[in-house]
Amino acid sequence: MVTSVTNLGRSGLFDWVVQRVSALVLLAYFAYIGCVLLGGVDYTGWRELYAQTWMRVFSLGALLSLVLHAWVGIWSVLTDYLTERMMGTTGTVLRLLAQLLCGIVIFVYTVWGIQILWGY
Amino acid sequence: MRLPITAWVSISHRASGVFLFVATAVLLWALDASLRSPESFAALRECLDTLWMKLVIWAVLAGLIYHTAAGVRHLIMDCGIGESMPGGVLGARLVIAVSVLLTVLAGVWIW
Repeated sequence: MVTSVTNLGRSGLFDWVVQRVSALVLLAYFAYIGCVLLGGVDYTGWRELYAQTWMRVFSLGALLSLVLHAWVGIWSVLTDYLTERMMGTTGTVLRLLAQLLCGIVIFVYTVWGIQILWGY
Repeated sequence: MRLPITAWVSISHRASGVFLFVATAVLLWALDASLRSPESFAALRECLDTLWMKLVIWAVLAGLIYHTAAGVRHLIMDCGIGESMPGGVLGARLVIAVSVLLTVLAGVWIW
């Protein structure tokens, strides 16, 4: 049996669960940030919020959720449209290149995010 | 292209997801500038006050609002609610209505 090597967990059910759990983390995070921003922020208060360990951990959780969620989502889109049926014989090559690019962006986002959260 | 409303909501969910993946760079850039120093926080505030940046932020918020609404609809359908044909159409209409309303409110908040 040939299984897909470019989806996240080599199993559709695993990806399905990852997509939903990460969605709930992101929903909680953006709802919280939205409430904070609606309340109005100045530099001191904002900085103090992000200096706390729980907020850094929450933010890292949201960032990791975002990149996992993006990988699963973009995999779904690319395997539907960048295919040999849709694009001709170069379809698979184009898809793998697009996924490589996506992987590089994910790596950059992750490193950049950790740098922001723990660097200042 | 003539497609049912459920198909439009689904394809827009995908498009908004790809858009948000790109827009994450803007959000990380803003978070970076907001935490780096008091000077960069002030500079960011000034930068976000220009018309073009307000439009960018509004677009990102619109994407976030729509993707969230359509995502919550998926979670509700995972619970077995609204899986019928009329339920799917109603859900799709609700997603559009809620998104338009919240996007207008976001615009009011930005300006």
